[in-house]
Amino acid sequence: MKSSWKTFKAHPMSLVFFILVCAGVILTVGILFLVVAFVLIRGVPYLTPDLFALEYTSENCSMLPAIVSTIEMVGISLLVAVPLGVFCAIYLVEYAGKGNKLVKLIRVTTETLSGIPSIVYGLFGMLLFVRALGWGYSLLAGSFTVAIMILPLIIRSTEEALKAVDDSYREGSFGLGAGKLRTVFVIVLPSAMNGILAGIILAIGRVIGETAALMYTAGTVAAYPKSVFDSSRTLSLHMYSLSREGMHMNEAAATGVVLLIVVFLLNSFASFVAKKLKSKT
Amino acid sequence: MTKKLFAEKFMKAVFLICACVSIIAVAIICFFMFVRGIPAMREIGFVEFLFGEKWRPTAQIPKFGILPMIMGSIYVTAGAIIIGVPIGLLTAIFLAKFCPKKLYKLLMPPINLMAGIPSIIYGFFGMVVLVPLTRTLFGGDGNSILTASLLLGIMILPTIVGLSESALKAVPESYYEGAVALGATHERAVATVIFPAAKSGIMAAVILGIGRAIGETMAVIMVAGNQPRMPKGILKGVRTLTSNIVTEMGYAEGLHYEALIATAVVLFVFILILNVLFSIVSNKAAPISFKRKKVKKEEA
Repeated sequence: MKSSWKTFKAHPMSLVFFILVCAGVILTVGILFLVVAFVLIRGVPYLTPDLFALEYTSENCSMLPAIVSTIEMVGISLLVAVPLGVFCAIYLVEYAGKGNKLVKLIRVTTETLSGIPSIVYGLFGMLLFVRALGWGYSLLAGSFTVAIMILPLIIRSTEEALKAVDDSYREGSFGLGAGKLRTVFVIVLPSAMNGILAGIILAIGRVIGETAALMYTAGTVAAYPKSVFDSSRTLSLHMYSLSREGMHMNEAAATGVVLLIVVFLLNSFASFVAKKLKSKT
Repeated sequence: MTKKLFAEKFMKAVFLICACVSIIAVAIICFFMFVRGIPAMREIGFVEFLFGEKWRPTAQIPKFGILPMIMGSIYVTAGAIIIGVPIGLLTAIFLAKFCPKKLYKLLMPPINLMAGIPSIIYGFFGMVVLVPLTRTLFGGDGNSILTASLLLGIMILPTIVGLSESALKAVPESYYEGAVALGATHERAVATVIFPAAKSGIMAAVILGIGRAIGETMAVIMVAGNQPRMPKGILKGVRTLTSNIVTEMGYAEGLHYEALIATAVVLFVFILILNVLFSIVSNKAAPISFKRKKVKKEEA
């Protein structure tokens, strides 16, 4: 498959192309390392215990409240989006007939949802949850907004996981006298679990990284949320607020390190789960 | 038995209702945006709103022209495409056709990670590294179209790489074999046969990249300067549609507030157009992968 130096001598343009391609990949990986290395170098020295103090004050800039509200937000948004998304995928894969017009419409709208910029979601969340429903800037409003955002991701990954389940499983189950519902819940869903889980983990990553959609739905209060109707900022928003103020760039960088580590862990976990799925089939 | 039957019917209905959630979501989003946005546009005047060059929402006689922001979004996105697409495509070609398997396993996780890094981190990187860099290299104050384009170019890389790599891999092996049999070198076969064959898939990747660039908010706001005026040069600051919404939403009231929603409507329409383009292009790309499946089956 590879060209030798001899062929390169005869075809200099091939050599040029080869060099260009190599340069491209080096540049891409290089940029990534630059971003990661920079955030680490800039942030790690400031990763002091003060940053994890129990209470936030404008002096210590503790990110602990932000971490807590991030976890709560992830929890609530998954609680909303996972059942909806998984059930939607079950309908699409297990129940809907081929060439169903409704299925086509669902596909188109899901694709549309995944293309909408996060700021439009933020604006929509502000109009519906914050103002029309009167929840105010709150954890709940933010969670519902990001729940809609991650819905297409969960639908798509679940759909693919369900499709990957071999039809013989279903046939075996039907053959033993199980109904459709039982087949879905007892046979198909457990076999597709890894794929679904990988999708959910990626969705968690999206929630944690989200900023624009939360600014005007969850608000930017830096304290612990006492209830779901309290405003509280997530880790990403915390980092944004710190870096905007200009006074706390070091703390912002340190928060960036924590974010990066979380995203990295989630990503490796997702690919680990997905790999397990592959080795199984 | 009847109880079981009832459960079956009931759950089927539940699944169906859940399946319709994305339809409902899109409908509600459209409803809220258009119901609030269109009247504002009408009040300002469609032409005045879309082609007005002045955005002075808090002046005595307020002006709501978003042409500067539309142009800003277009410039910044174009810049991102100019920077991101060549690098991304070359990377995809390497991964699909040049990469040894071991190296591939080593390279894939970081590229996947790149897609998962939050935009706020890219924004921070841009603010602290790219802004001073362009300031010292090219002058100006660093918050500029150029910086934003650079940063967005980086951010769309994983999208471009991922999609175009799978498009390249979907080209049937027989294309390559034919080219090599005719005496082409590996590079020539890839560049002149496989690459053109994957054209539609690559176009789809670029369109998705455009969508990401145009919709990006937080990273852009941190490096673009955000001055609401017509772009005057690539070293001057600019405001995009997205950053217009974020910067002023916090304090906007009355018509100003509605005008921001109308800005989001314009953005929304841009995205819808891109979506339609995407589905047209990726439908075109589908037959190739279909062919590949057929070939695979024959092999088996």
